[in-house]
Amino acid sequence: MNAFAAMPPKSFEVKPKLDESGASIGELLEISMGPHHPSTHGVFRMDVVLDGEKVVKLKPVCGYLHRNHEKIGENISYLASMPYTDRLDYFCSMTNNWAYALTIEKLAGLAVPERAEYIRVIMAELTRLQNHTSLIGFFVHDMGALGTPLMYAFREREKILDLFEEVSGARMMCNYMRFGGVRVDVNDEWLARTKQLVANYSKFLDEFETFLNQNEILLARTQGVSPLTKEQAVNASLTGPLLRAAGVNYDVRKVDKYGIYGRFDFKVPLGEHGDLYDRYMMRVLEMRESIKILNQALRDIPAGPVMDPKAKLRGFRPKPGEVYGRIESPKGELGFYIISDGGPNPYRYRVRPPSFINITILEDMCLGHRVADVIVILGSVDIVLGEVDR
Amino acid sequence: METPEQIKLRLEAALPTAKIEILANECAAGERSLLVDAASGFAVAKFLRDDAQLKLDYCSNVTGVDWPDKELTEKIKVKQVVDGVEKEVEEVKKTLRPGLLEVVYHLYSMELKHGPVVLRMRTGNRAEQTHLPSLTPVWRGAEFQEREIFDLYGVIFDGHPDLRRILMWDEFVGFPMRRDYIEPDDFEYEPTPHDEVLDAAKKHYPVEAKAEVKPEVKA
Amino acid sequence: MIEEGLKNELQKQGVYVTSLQELYNWGRANSVWPLTFGLACCAIEMMAASMSRFDLARFGAEVFRPSPRQADLMIVAGTVTKKMAPLVVRLYNQMPEPKYVIAMGACAISGGPFKQGYNVLKGIDRYLPVDVAIPGCPPRPEALIHAIMTLQEKIRNQKLTGPDRPRHLNAEIEGEYPVPAYGKHDLEPPNNPDLWQPPAIQR
Repeated sequence: MNAFAAMPPKSFEVKPKLDESGASIGELLEISMGPHHPSTHGVFRMDVVLDGEKVVKLKPVCGYLHRNHEKIGENISYLASMPYTDRLDYFCSMTNNWAYALTIEKLAGLAVPERAEYIRVIMAELTRLQNHTSLIGFFVHDMGALGTPLMYAFREREKILDLFEEVSGARMMCNYMRFGGVRVDVNDEWLARTKQLVANYSKFLDEFETFLNQNEILLARTQGVSPLTKEQAVNASLTGPLLRAAGVNYDVRKVDKYGIYGRFDFKVPLGEHGDLYDRYMMRVLEMRESIKILNQALRDIPAGPVMDPKAKLRGFRPKPGEVYGRIESPKGELGFYIISDGGPNPYRYRVRPPSFINITILEDMCLGHRVADVIVILGSVDIVLGEVDR
Repeated sequence: METPEQIKLRLEAALPTAKIEILANECAAGERSLLVDAASGFAVAKFLRDDAQLKLDYCSNVTGVDWPDKELTEKIKVKQVVDGVEKEVEEVKKTLRPGLLEVVYHLYSMELKHGPVVLRMRTGNRAEQTHLPSLTPVWRGAEFQEREIFDLYGVIFDGHPDLRRILMWDEFVGFPMRRDYIEPDDFEYEPTPHDEVLDAAKKHYPVEAKAEVKPEVKA
Repeated sequence: MIEEGLKNELQKQGVYVTSLQELYNWGRANSVWPLTFGLACCAIEMMAASMSRFDLARFGAEVFRPSPRQADLMIVAGTVTKKMAPLVVRLYNQMPEPKYVIAMGACAISGGPFKQGYNVLKGIDRYLPVDVAIPGCPPRPEALIHAIMTLQEKIRNQKLTGPDRPRHLNAEIEGEYPVPAYGKHDLEPPNNPDLWQPPAIQR
């Protein structure tokens, strides 16, 4: 590794102008990095107060995409909410569907056939691959590599979306999982093509990493920026790669072992400092682990039905009660809390959004850093506004 | 992980003034919750977070629930004198269960990797007694979620560092997620309405001229 | 106009003839610069349309400008909520003439799947004049390319003089629209009456 580029040079530190008594000279600048911004990942606003270039205060403002998903969930039936879950985190529709299907299966006590479980794992890990790839593309785009890594990332993403389109009919809003299985079966040709894609994906990741991991600009802009301690991360209810970059070993796939994740052999990568470089490397390493899981799942997938033939989809009325189900989505822990009163619609339908909760300590992460770092820090948290505002 | 009964015993031993109740959950896979009164909510939360056996340091989810006033009807047998003979007659008794707002916390432990423990707190009613203690000083992750419950349900959290609207605009009046919230009337153009939307859209239909009544010709 | 035979003869000699209207519209149609205005899921399909597989740059719409002062086309991609609507109108007002609006996706046309909600604006055409509407949830990138081509057709057929000339050549028509304000439960006004009247449906 190039030792010269490891740490940013000291002469770049920005110090505020102070007078003799130590108070800062000049006024504070209040700007609104408003909802329409080239790199706020959607309609997200931050009210930032700056002292020169250093951030003194930062208040996130969201709600510009509040589409009252939870209220709609109370007025429509259980199955009709499934397409709405696609639109929560619109990058990862398969994992959203799985979280909701898992919760309702827990509520109604439905069993899922083996083949459907394997298909669900394959879809979820493919989603994780394309999400992390696109995220790295956006992350580096925000840093100034305008567009080129993003083009590479989207090129690979299109290949995965082709697979999704073949099996579910839509590129992004797949609406594929059902309570008790998946909607349609995959055939052997699709599995063969997926194996081919996963084999080529490692080569693509090698190419991607060669360009980016040792890049001087990336190292200078991400190492040491916005470190997080373990206690801060746990207390702020962070989940996902953000939490594991701080060093906390908590991955819902290993803790809850939902589905058939207990059968797969994969590691959970952990970071040390919780800074931006660790968060970036988390996504890179998680993609490698996803490829391992995909190889195992594609090798072991059994034949069989994908849906219980006796499962009732129309007129689905689970018994009263409440349940909280959660999965590890690429952004963090996605949970659904459903209260059922025995009717065809849920009484209370609540989504636990990882992106919304991950920006709780955005202010703490950005204080003392330059305004250019704020954009990159926001990019590393990996928010999707459909989930933040629901 | 301890069962809710064991947690309740230890909580009552540590905090004698707390009133804790275990609520049943008819769904077998779901978790039973601990209902705590508002006055001791903060102390209970701190105990759950710092206790060595539980170490519930991760507040995963904070949810608001609206229970509006509900009229419960019960059929009870009452002895009444009918036609001079004492008989047992079924009478319908109506009771009004007052409405309230509820906040549910799902707690897990990242250190010991167990959970969840479900904590609930209920307000007095839905009108003016809507204050609950904020658990943000205990778990920072609850900050934005409690703000959302304030915005959408109207529960006021005492001790929250920054309680203001988060999802709706600041000039908004009302609490949209409550069950009795009436949405603004912009149903002028509904191509395919049905059910409640049809009723709302009918108000905007143009008034049709009354059809002429032709006199019936009797053959 | 000059007939085709003469035109071809002249072209063979290297002399090209055209009318001012054709030239002017050709220049405008083939370099429409969109504003980066992705609101929700449709924004991802808009980005995919500008990436290497469904290249939007071939149609002249490569340069997505973040600043409204430098853009011609606003692709409203995604759900417009009532909280966001005043900002959309303000951005439209900041764009210089000639400007066009494409309503991409079901949510921008009429509220989409989230229509029955207290915060969703039922279509951006309540406040802005929409030139092309693309149905879909989300529409495929090919559909967006078809919309850009439709817009280019529309621009090419615009006449420069006469009563139906476009807005930017007609000093009498206002190009800026009033920005709605936040009310207690809804925006005030709930729609722009000059621009949008609920279509009468025969039932």
